[in-house]
Amino acid sequence: MTYTPEKPSIAEASDRLRERIPGWGVDLDPSDRPSVPRMQFDPSLSGAHWEFPERQPELWPRERSLEHKFLTPVFGTSCPPRGVSGVLRRHAYKRYSEARAAHWLLLLVADRVDALESHVRSFATLRPDNPITETGVLSEFSHHPVSSRYGVKRADLVHQPLDPIIVLAPWVAAGFATYRSFKLFRRAVTKRSAQA
Amino acid sequence: MRAMVYRGPYKVRVEEKDVPRVEHPNDAIVRVTRAAICGSDLHLYHGMMPDTRVGMTFGHEFIGVVESVGPSVQSLGPGDRVMVPFNVFCGSCFFCARGMYSNCHNVNPNATAVGGIYGYSHTCGGYDGGQSEFVRVPFADVGPSLIPEWMDDDDAVLLTDALATGYFGAQLGDIVEGDVVVVFGAGPVGLFAAKSAWLMGAGRVIVIDHLEYRLEKARTFAHAETYNFTEYDDIVVHMKKITEHLGADVAIDAVGAEADGNLLQHLTSAKLKMQGGSPVALNWAIDSVRKGGTISVMGAYGPMFSAVKFGDAFNKGLTLNMNQCPVKRQWPRLFEHVRNGYLKPSDIVTHRIPLEHIAEGYHIFSSKLDGCIKPLVVPNAA
Repeated sequence: MTYTPEKPSIAEASDRLRERIPGWGVDLDPSDRPSVPRMQFDPSLSGAHWEFPERQPELWPRERSLEHKFLTPVFGTSCPPRGVSGVLRRHAYKRYSEARAAHWLLLLVADRVDALESHVRSFATLRPDNPITETGVLSEFSHHPVSSRYGVKRADLVHQPLDPIIVLAPWVAAGFATYRSFKLFRRAVTKRSAQA
Repeated sequence: MRAMVYRGPYKVRVEEKDVPRVEHPNDAIVRVTRAAICGSDLHLYHGMMPDTRVGMTFGHEFIGVVESVGPSVQSLGPGDRVMVPFNVFCGSCFFCARGMYSNCHNVNPNATAVGGIYGYSHTCGGYDGGQSEFVRVPFADVGPSLIPEWMDDDDAVLLTDALATGYFGAQLGDIVEGDVVVVFGAGPVGLFAAKSAWLMGAGRVIVIDHLEYRLEKARTFAHAETYNFTEYDDIVVHMKKITEHLGADVAIDAVGAEADGNLLQHLTSAKLKMQGGSPVALNWAIDSVRKGGTISVMGAYGPMFSAVKFGDAFNKGLTLNMNQCPVKRQWPRLFEHVRNGYLKPSDIVTHRIPLEHIAEGYHIFSSKLDGCIKPLVVPNAA
């Protein structure tokens, strides 16, 4: 047992496992596994025919980590920073290293601002955001919403009701803010015309 | 082309986007024939990963057919059927030259702490992913491989991340013959890690989760002994009881940032984004493993801090191994295992979602409806 020198017998014998489980032990030798050792120097293995890659053209000032010496030779070009979220993102990269919580927190704030800006921007297009279709919530009707959740022991049921709140709260808040602004504007106009 | 587009937390849709173009001489443009939604895509979907921009296309598990290549590409040409590892990597930097393809230093200007990953936020390089009709694949001579003639598309797409990561996770456990291995999480990576543990000679494989249908899959697909943690007052105590109070030799965290089992941890990370991830599974792994044991971390966590029980890990003298999987390094061996019938990755596929219905796919997967384990995405052009 555990409180004496021998290891307790808590596993099945290898012979029985070899019979029972297809492929048991084919990678038994720890030194003969693809990622052992984890670092194996062999620059010819990857297929790279360069020592340093050619540089991809930088078509706009590409944000980069302060911990890099220079812009990496290759990089993604999806979604260049724009709007207020873009300003926040550029500042996070320019001012704070990856070691600083401020870097990541600022990027998270920028993500939320980006979502807000994009929702607002979408209303000026022919395809405004639609939280019903974009959340995929309509799939609930055809994919066993009750039996998937109830009568089974799921630990996540306790916080799943928060998800619609997370999605809808900004819309409700925006609606309320718009309503209040409109009301304040109307009151100001009425007051001004009464004074005139 | 049609492509999945992120619209903010919990919201995605399919939009018309420009077909990607060759931006570097060693780029290829690949027409996607099969993609998948990964459990780690849900961290983006839930708004947990910093610098996830509205308009980005997710998807780091995909295969396809080469449409065009840049002028310096030597090993691939139009019409080739290829599988693409989730890592974007150059093949020549300090790390790539040592086989650490997931830690490439030449592809991610946004961060030095992580390499490049397709469709996985700007923190991972800002590359659009494969949940679309076409995708740009940098370093075509280094990353993609031809899909063997005998391999079917559903198996191939799971080799681009889930199977390779599970297999790598078992390797990071440094498993020796007869070891007791406990895997936290019965999602795709956990199932593959459990299955791989047997290949490495484990004497007992235990899988822990709270979703009964996934535990059932762990029993039938991975021959594992399973426990639902919601049935126990304290799963760590139970783990000790079933191992003669020794603990497991190896524990694998195949859950990552959105682990359930501790409401405070889950709320502060997944909902309030105050942590890089909810380390419930990792903490259970630390406490379930024996002194001197090994922890392998395969679940993905964000770059922020997380409330990990580091003191217990220290006092127990544990070895903690972790990394993003260098996928291409696993392929030659995994091709053999798939061909020999030891691994059949597509056995875990539960849903096939047309690209146009991807919002429903994300919701079903995120809410764990309908016994969802692994959803594949089928683009219109496939």
